[in-house]
Amino acid sequence: MSKSNIEVAQIQRSSVKEKKYSMNIAKKEKWAGIFFIAPQLIGTSILVILPIFATFFISFTDWTFIQGLGNMNFIGLENYEKLLKDERFIQSIVNNIWLIASVPITMILALFLAIIINKNVYFKSFFKVVYFMPYISSIVAVAIVFQLLFHPSYGPINEFLMMLGIENPPRWLADSNWALVSVIIISVWTSIGFSLIIYLAALQNISIELYEAAEIDGATAWDKFIHITVPMLAPTNFFLLITGVIGSFKAFELIVVLTDGGPGYSTSVIVYYLYEQAFENLRSGYASAISILLLILLLAITLIQWFGQKKWVNY
Amino acid sequence: MKLNIRKLLTTILMLAVGVAFILPFIWMISASLKPESEVFAYPIQWIPEELKWSNYKTAWSDGFPLYYWNSIKVTVITTLISATVSTMSAYGFSKIHFKSRDLIFILVLATFMIPAQAILVPQFLLFKYLNLFDTHVGLILLNSFSVLGTFMLRQFFMGIHDDYIASAKIDGAGHLRIFSQIAVPLVLPAISTYFILRFIWTWNDYQGPLIFIRSDHLYTIQVGIDKFSNESGELYSLIMAGAVSAILPLLIIFIIGQRYVLEGIALGGVKG
Repeated sequence: MSKSNIEVAQIQRSSVKEKKYSMNIAKKEKWAGIFFIAPQLIGTSILVILPIFATFFISFTDWTFIQGLGNMNFIGLENYEKLLKDERFIQSIVNNIWLIASVPITMILALFLAIIINKNVYFKSFFKVVYFMPYISSIVAVAIVFQLLFHPSYGPINEFLMMLGIENPPRWLADSNWALVSVIIISVWTSIGFSLIIYLAALQNISIELYEAAEIDGATAWDKFIHITVPMLAPTNFFLLITGVIGSFKAFELIVVLTDGGPGYSTSVIVYYLYEQAFENLRSGYASAISILLLILLLAITLIQWFGQKKWVNY
Repeated sequence: MKLNIRKLLTTILMLAVGVAFILPFIWMISASLKPESEVFAYPIQWIPEELKWSNYKTAWSDGFPLYYWNSIKVTVITTLISATVSTMSAYGFSKIHFKSRDLIFILVLATFMIPAQAILVPQFLLFKYLNLFDTHVGLILLNSFSVLGTFMLRQFFMGIHDDYIASAKIDGAGHLRIFSQIAVPLVLPAISTYFILRFIWTWNDYQGPLIFIRSDHLYTIQVGIDKFSNESGELYSLIMAGAVSAILPLLIIFIIGQRYVLEGIALGGVKG
C-alpha cells in the first residue's frame, strides 16, 4: 500500500469518527463545562454573591447581631441618612483619601529604582528579591516591628533623627497628626516591591530600537526618558494607579494591628470603621450600609478605569 | 565579559540603598537575639555581643508550636483546594465551549472587585448557621475559591492552541483526559506560580482567622503572634522572636521559588 493510501484511509476513518462525535458534541461539551466550572461557581455563589445580596438587604434594617433574626426591622434609608451625618465615617473617608497619597509615592520611587536596576546594575535578581521581601511578609509581623521602630521615646528612628540634631522628632503613631503619615510610610515600604516588578517587566518590553533611533537623532538621556520611557509606560502607570487606589481602600489588616484606627480616629479608614461597627459595636445593619457605600465607591473607580483606559492610554 | 566600572559603582551604591531598605528586617532579627535591656540601646548594636537564642525558646514555649501547626494545616489544604478549583474552572472557561460561558466568566470575575470586608457580616451569619464558625474547615473554605487564580490561569490556558484539543478529541479523548494529560502539564509553571502566591497569601491572612476563629487552640500563626505581642507587653525581644518566626518560613519559600513568584507577578500583574 502506498503512503498516500494510508493517509486517505486515515482521513476517512477520522471523518467517520468526527461525524459520530459531532452528533452529541454540544451536549457533551455542555456537561463537561458544567463539571469543570461547578466548584468555582458554587463556591463563589455561596461565599460572595449570596452575601452581597444579603448585605444589601441588611443595610435597610436596624438589625444587630445579638438580636435574633426575628427582631429585624425594616427601616428604609435610615442607616444611610445617619451615615452621611456620622462624623467618624466622614473622617474615615477623608483618611482613606489621604491614604491614596501612598500610591503615587510608591509608583515614583518604584519607577526610579526600576530604571536603575533594569540596565545599570549587576545581580539584578538579587535586587528584585530584596525589594519584594516586605510584600511577602506578614502584615502582622511588619506592623509589630514598625510599632517599635516608630516608638516615640526610644525607637531607633527617633534616636536617629535626634542624632541628626532634630530636637523634637514627631511622635509618629502616638500623635494623631503623624499617625496617618506613619501608616503611609509603612504602606509605601510594603508595596514598592510589587510596583517595581511590574515596572521592570514593562521596561523590558520597550523596544531597544526606539532608544537607538533617538540616540542617532542626538537625544539626551533625559529626552529619552521623557519622550520614550514615560509614554511607553502609560498603561503600566494606569494599571498600578488603579490597583493601588483600590488596594488603599482595602487597607484593613495594617490598621487593625498597627493603630486600631487611633489615636482618636486619626487612622480609621472605611473598612476599619465597618469592622468596628459590625464586630465591636455589633451594629450589623449600619455596617452593611457602610459596605454598600464602599462598594459603590469602588465600582465608580473601576468604571473610571474602564473608560479611562481608552482615553488616557494611547500611543 | 568586561567589567564596567560605572555599572560596578552603581551596583555598590544600590546595594547600600537595598540594605537600608531591609533594615527593619535586620533590626528585627537583631533585636530578637538580644537581652531585653539592650533592645533599644543606641547606637544600635547590629550584631549582639552574645546571641540570646533562649528568646526563641521562651517564645516557642507558649502556644507557638500549635499555631504553627494550625497555619501549616490550613495553608496547605487551602492552597491545594484553591489551585485545583482554579485550574479546573480556568480550563472550563477557556477550552470548553458552552452556552453563556463568557457571560458566566465575567460575572464570576466581577466578584473580584468586592472587598472582603464588605461581605463579612453575612458571611459571619452564614458560617454561624452552617456551624462553620470557629472551625478550620470554615477558614479553609473562605479562601479556597479565589477568582484571581482562575483569571490568571485562564490566560495561560488560552495560550494553548485549540488544535491540540481538537486532535485529542478526534482520537477519542474526553475533556477529563485532555485536561489531565495535555492541558495541565502545559501550564504547570503557571500553576506552580499561583500555588506559591496562594500559599503566601493564605499564610499571611490575618483577617480571616481574626473574625472567623475564636478558640485559642485553633489560632493560626498570624493571630497567635498578635495575641502574643499583646500579652507580652514590654518584652520586646520575645515579641521580635515571635515576629521572626512568623516571617522566616515564607521568606525561605520565597527565596527558593523567587523566579516563579516574580515572573508570575510580572506576567499577570496579579495583586492579592
